[in-house]
Amino acid sequence: MGEMSWSGRQGVAVPAAARAMSDPGATGRFGTYGGRYVPESLIPACHEIEAAFREAWSDPEFRGRLDTLLTVYAGRPTPLTPAWRLSHELGITLFLKREDLAHTGSHKINNVIGQALLAHRMGKERLLAETGAGQHGVATATAAALLGLKATVFMGERDIERQELNVLRMNVLGAEVVPVTTGSRTLKDACNEAMRHWVSSVDDSYYCIGSVMGPHPYPWMVREFQRVIGEEARAQCAAELPVGVPDYVVACVGGGSNAAGTFAGFADTTARLVGVEAEGGAAATFGRVGVLHGFRSLVLQDEDGQVTEAHSVAAGLDYPGIGPEHAHLRDGGRARYETVNDEEVVQALLCLARTEGILAALESSHAVAWVIRAAKSGEIAPGSTVMLTLSGRGDKDIASIKELL
Amino acid sequence: MTESLEEFLIARRGAGRPLLVPYVTAGVTPGWTDVVHAYADAGADAVELGFPFSDPMLDGVTIQEAAGRAIAAGTTVRGILKEVATLDVDVPLIAMTYSNLVVQRSAAEFCAALTASGLRGLIVPDSPLEEVGELADAAAAEGLDLVLLAAPSSSRAELREITERSRGFVYALTHMGTTGERGEIPEQAARLGRELKGLTDRPVLFGFGVSNPAQAAELAGHADGVVVASALMRKLLDGARPHELGEYVASIRRALA
Repeated sequence: MGEMSWSGRQGVAVPAAARAMSDPGATGRFGTYGGRYVPESLIPACHEIEAAFREAWSDPEFRGRLDTLLTVYAGRPTPLTPAWRLSHELGITLFLKREDLAHTGSHKINNVIGQALLAHRMGKERLLAETGAGQHGVATATAAALLGLKATVFMGERDIERQELNVLRMNVLGAEVVPVTTGSRTLKDACNEAMRHWVSSVDDSYYCIGSVMGPHPYPWMVREFQRVIGEEARAQCAAELPVGVPDYVVACVGGGSNAAGTFAGFADTTARLVGVEAEGGAAATFGRVGVLHGFRSLVLQDEDGQVTEAHSVAAGLDYPGIGPEHAHLRDGGRARYETVNDEEVVQALLCLARTEGILAALESSHAVAWVIRAAKSGEIAPGSTVMLTLSGRGDKDIASIKELL
Repeated sequence: MTESLEEFLIARRGAGRPLLVPYVTAGVTPGWTDVVHAYADAGADAVELGFPFSDPMLDGVTIQEAAGRAIAAGTTVRGILKEVATLDVDVPLIAMTYSNLVVQRSAAEFCAALTASGLRGLIVPDSPLEEVGELADAAAAEGLDLVLLAAPSSSRAELREITERSRGFVYALTHMGTTGERGEIPEQAARLGRELKGLTDRPVLFGFGVSNPAQAAELAGHADGVVVASALMRKLLDGARPHELGEYVASIRRALA
């Protein structure tokens, strides 16, 4: 990598508009949420990553490298596509931010290229990651290959069965996929295992967390790496819409990274921010305050504090917690969180495919499902403008869809 | 027994005795409280009781399996506390659990409930020094000794603060990793033990990977004693009866002398 020349655009200025979702400071608190609830053994690593990220994020050379890779490798900017036929059907103006067109097929690549560059800068040799749907695992395997790093990806056994294609992709890219057989054998358990593994390999490994979760600085850092979605969409909406800003900004939420990145671009506007959760994994809606995977937020749990299993047709939303900043946005009323059920999601996927020729990921189809429901019920008033982040493409879900039809 | 966990351990240490704290996951088997009695009778200086959590970040496969079994059997915090209140042992009992169980109501309420049931100490491994403030205040207000963990990766300044703010004893990790049995003791354990002993008069106990009597004896040579968990829980999960676990604790006691 040292041989390559980095002639990309340098020092991308962060517009004042984006500062509304700001730096949570040294303690990593978003209101009462966030923090750093990890074993004492990991505290030095968290401090090291925070210091490295702060330094890198204010270094024009790092920002230039990231910007170049996002442009020439990941395919940014992704387009803002008008959903012509669906808009007509719903009586609204719907724009889709096409993260499904980013390299590896989802928004995950934005964050992973950022973290992989950071790990490389820190001299780490290996990326550790957890994955649910496999998109973060594929992105991590990809970035590791690009930068000459090793990658170990923890994945629940059940998700391995559901996401065979992505497991194969990770293997082809040279990553080691470690099946996790504990608990519900899904994303939650993969997170536990990755965290445990990190404790014992912190010297040479960098834990590349896939969403706006984990101990500080991860929720903030991942949001900053995903901010590019919201900033691009903001500029694209400004060019497309007479008033410049849509009435609604909508994104699906598991941990919530695509939503956090999207919201960051619109937080200080008049746009109504809506995060859409899976009914069976709706921590913002049904969760209570708790501490899981190193951060304090809203968590699905029983009365005693045992974390309950989340259920969703989308493996990527099968997570019982939500990023701490989302919990804070919810409490403050800046964003609202809605739920949709599996049936609505499948219908939304089919609807988008058949009206627009876009096969969205099951995760992204949650956001589509809410927009369809809200537009049909009149909750989104006729004539409103909606900007929806399509976080990923649905090819990976084709086997699941076949079973559901 | 009116003294605090720390006073009790200091008095025991004062008698020239290396300290031994065995562990059991509460609720892991129907007769788990018999295990506590067996430990106490076998020469334990305190007993650590694991309050099971569904997502134990710092535990290896053995404790994780024990926690899973206890939760599946319907173990709850309230249920454990009820059983603990009936225990009649002459050594202090220490609760070990994760932050999520502590914050369910409030740290103050959790600590008060522990004290009311007769527990003397509390260990919360995912509440590191920089997050421990509220919990430390709540524990202190209830006269509960909050034990802090010191890791091989901790800086000298952090170790100093940990030794100052820990109560009961300082829990020194033998290695960077999760709980679980291990083949050998890493060099860094001895170094951490020496460093901690140079910083405090508070008892320093090693935990994580203390797998047999010989290892326990070796580690106790670098500090004041040991916590033994996975080695005992593996036996229990494999079907050992309370008296057999007691015999194993007695063998560690003899090795420590």
